[in-house]
Amino acid sequence: MAPVIHLRDVVALLGGFPALTGVDLDVDAAELVALVGANGAGKTTVLRVCAGLVPVDSGTASVLGEDLTRNGRAVRSRVGLLGPSGGLYDELTAMDNLRFFARAARVDPADVDRAAERFGITGRVADSPVVRLSTGQRRRVALASLVARRPQLWLLDEPHGGLDAEGRDLLDAVVLSAVASGATVVIASHDLDRTSALGCRHVTLAGGSVVEGGPDAA
Amino acid sequence: MLRDAMLVAGKDLRVEARTRVGLGQVAPFAVLVLVLFGFALDPDRGILEAATPGLFWITVLFASVLGVQRAYAVESGAGVRDALRLTSLSPGGMFLGKALALAVQLLAVELVLGVGVIVLYGADPAGWILLVGTALPATAGIAAAGSLSGVLAVGLRVRETLLPLLLLPVLAPVLLAATRAFEAALDGSPADGWPWAGLLALFAVVYVGCGIGLYGTVLEES
Repeated sequence: MAPVIHLRDVVALLGGFPALTGVDLDVDAAELVALVGANGAGKTTVLRVCAGLVPVDSGTASVLGEDLTRNGRAVRSRVGLLGPSGGLYDELTAMDNLRFFARAARVDPADVDRAAERFGITGRVADSPVVRLSTGQRRRVALASLVARRPQLWLLDEPHGGLDAEGRDLLDAVVLSAVASGATVVIASHDLDRTSALGCRHVTLAGGSVVEGGPDAA
Repeated sequence: MLRDAMLVAGKDLRVEARTRVGLGQVAPFAVLVLVLFGFALDPDRGILEAATPGLFWITVLFASVLGVQRAYAVESGAGVRDALRLTSLSPGGMFLGKALALAVQLLAVELVLGVGVIVLYGADPAGWILLVGTALPATAGIAAAGSLSGVLAVGLRVRETLLPLLLLPVLAPVLLAATRAFEAALDGSPADGWPWAGLLALFAVVYVGCGIGLYGTVLEES
């Protein structure tokens, strides 16, 4: 079976600066992979390339069978990206955000309600503008939005950041459940203990390329 | 596309309903501009009355710059544009939704300004059918051009200062045609104004067509 993510010698320029200098990466279906490395290593850019948000300047790249060098947009609706900031409208309430992004992604409203309840987005939290929520609460809203969409590929950028212990455990449970149901999960993280406990395969990046755990490692 | 447009317009109007920026800041700003024009031209009431159509539409254009900036400021939050790009929303639908929400807010501002020019400038709205028939396509054109210019500027650090430079020249034909049509309506010769209203409708169609066609590309590049 073809890998869900297949990158070979991928170069991506951000504002003329080479953020990725030749990334090789294969991730199979229902695999759980952690991208690790120092700040600026290229972890976030790899996630954004896989989401079809950053164009591939050279190399070959396919995600979920879509050739990203030809049409990066094709893969977007099948991918869920959780960035550090959450991507929520500050002025809308938590539930307004969930409902808007769910409708925009053609998600069943019942799935939104279930995800909101699972992440504790109820009562006062549900009806509060996102700008008034704590970092952890915003994180929960963003996670609920992601879970409701049920993407085939989850791309999580420092997902444990800002969450309390209960939230981190809940996130881990959701990730493992997603993998068990056949989704592929890639996590960019500095928390090696957490990703090890989750059972991730670790891929190390440095200077915009994979230095450990790439396809050649096997 | 229409479903996406209604979804995006509903979201933008919900943001406005919660923050009241249009009602609390843009509309008062527009009225303030009218008052200041009144101060500047009041010594000669004849000039003020003659200039009412132009002053009205210049004020609408100023208000539209603020409205466009506000419409895209809510999407400049970290990660929001990425979140939108990862949805299944069609670019044309997103554009139409942004333009529709902006048009609704601009029409509200124009209503306030209409009362303003009647009270402050002594304008006589006898030709109200032409006034409405002018305001609707002019507003559609302004909202469409504004939505396209807004997404062009949103990714830039200098967006606040660049937006008026992008938008106002594009809207010069709308200003000209809308002013002429309003002059005809206020002078009691509406037959002279309808060709201008027709021209505004043509502008609106062109701007909306360009927006639907270009919004996706501009969104990706911005």
